[in-house]
Amino acid sequence: MTFLTQSVLSGDRLALARLLSQVENDTPAGRAALDALFAHTGQAHLIGVTGAPGTGKSSLVNQLALHFRRAGKRVAIVAVDPSSPFTGGAVLGDRVRMRDLAGDPGVFIRSMASRGSLGGLAAATAAATQVFDAAGFEVILIETVGAGQSEVDIARLAHTTLVIEAPGLGDDIQAIKAGILEIADLLVINKADHPGVEATERALKTMLELAHPVRKVFLHHGQKFELNGEAAPGTALWIPPVCRTVALSGQGLPELLEAIERHAAHLRSSGDWARRERARLEAEFDLLFQETLVARFLAQLPAGRLDSLLAALQERKLAPRAGVEQLLNGDGT
Amino acid sequence: MTERKIRVLVAKPGLDGHDRGAKVVARALRDAGMEVIYTGLRQTPEMIAEAALQEDVDVVGLSILSGAHMALAPRVLELLKGNGQENVRVFLGGIIPDEDLPRLKALGIAGVYGPGAPTEQIVAEIRAAVSGATE
Ligand SMILES: Nc1nc2c(ncn2[C@@H]2O[C@H](COP(=O)(O)OP(=O)(O)OP(=O)(O)O)[C@@H](O)[C@H]2O)c(=O)[nH]1
Ligand SMILES: [Mg+2]
Repeated sequence: MTFLTQSVLSGDRLALARLLSQVENDTPAGRAALDALFAHTGQAHLIGVTGAPGTGKSSLVNQLALHFRRAGKRVAIVAVDPSSPFTGGAVLGDRVRMRDLAGDPGVFIRSMASRGSLGGLAAATAAATQVFDAAGFEVILIETVGAGQSEVDIARLAHTTLVIEAPGLGDDIQAIKAGILEIADLLVINKADHPGVEATERALKTMLELAHPVRKVFLHHGQKFELNGEAAPGTALWIPPVCRTVALSGQGLPELLEAIERHAAHLRSSGDWARRERARLEAEFDLLFQETLVARFLAQLPAGRLDSLLAALQERKLAPRAGVEQLLNGDGT
Repeated sequence: MTERKIRVLVAKPGLDGHDRGAKVVARALRDAGMEVIYTGLRQTPEMIAEAALQEDVDVVGLSILSGAHMALAPRVLELLKGNGQENVRVFLGGIIPDEDLPRLKALGIAGVYGPGAPTEQIVAEIRAAVSGATE
């Protein structure tokens, strides 16, 4: 175990910050640290907070963190904002809403830019949460914006996913249907001090009723769940509750926290917690295995071998599958 | 392995009320491919140093219009150093009288920019300072 890893485990905040950069940049040191820290992970409750821009995610994360702190839990926050696809730069502004957390050594906030590739973001976010987990943060809040594939990937990472809505988004409610209900464990109508809360709540509840329960059985967080004997008999399926909050005042927060705790208890009692962990680890292993195999194989190929094969593909002299066979069998050189 | 991004904390210490200039600079740095952590108004030096640490930034940009730069800037430098972040380069933007420049430089401020400073210059000098610091 390196000095950096050791320092992170012993609570050194600068070491933690530096290690987060190493894993985000996927450096050899970062990779080695993740290996070394792995045995220390698996303790934290990972909570995803996602929803359309400006719905109040950061304000809500601020409130949630305050409440978890009052309960004596150490809280880490990973706040993801998009990178500009043109310049690769980013303005990460979520901290603006989290100033109440300043000065508390039990809180650590890290902003991350999405940096282009979706797979990369999911991997970097997962790595950051593992570092926080190993460093002893009991609750890890992950804020992401939107409802795209990256949110689904990050929801797969979280134990509990909160989807944040705000009243008056009107047609956006339609957009939720497209997939975000799929990942929501809790639906939150924030800005409940604005008009239109009732209409939003009605719309969400209608959609939930339509979605339940078949959706839950077959697909959750993008993972398939077979209920044939795996879930204990009589275990109730989780139906996402709808909570109302005002993040500016903290109204509705006790109820939201209680719902989060209920969800965690449900995950544990139903066996879903263990199932999710297993599915996540297996997916991570799978991905790494494939990446590593491919990288090793390509590294030992003679120079130009792949290029000439790809050229043959272009000229339609070689079919893709036949090309793969050739490559693996080492013939046709 | 991802290319190393320059990370910059843009902060507005002190009590003066607007952050238009800070936001213009933040966007210019983003457009230059940097990752800018924007923290908003009325930050204390303690809050700035804490955010700089958590975000593991290479650069801190302070926007100070209130005239309190001779108190705030040294305090931020001191706190960064106390946290083990003496490598972080600190830049200053705002209305800074010429006679303060020598002392600010001597304290370790890497660059000072008035309201009309071209953003290209700020970008170029941040890039140069960061590449100098990591060599
Ligand atoms: N009236 C009201 N305003 C709120 C509430 N929650 C947040 N806001 C305001 O909504 C705006 C956006 O809040 P954020 O917390 O930054 O929202 P966000 O979803 O994190 O935004 P992005 O990260 O940019 O997508 C801010 O001006 C908040 O002050 C609320 O419950 N009621
Ligand atoms: Mg936000």
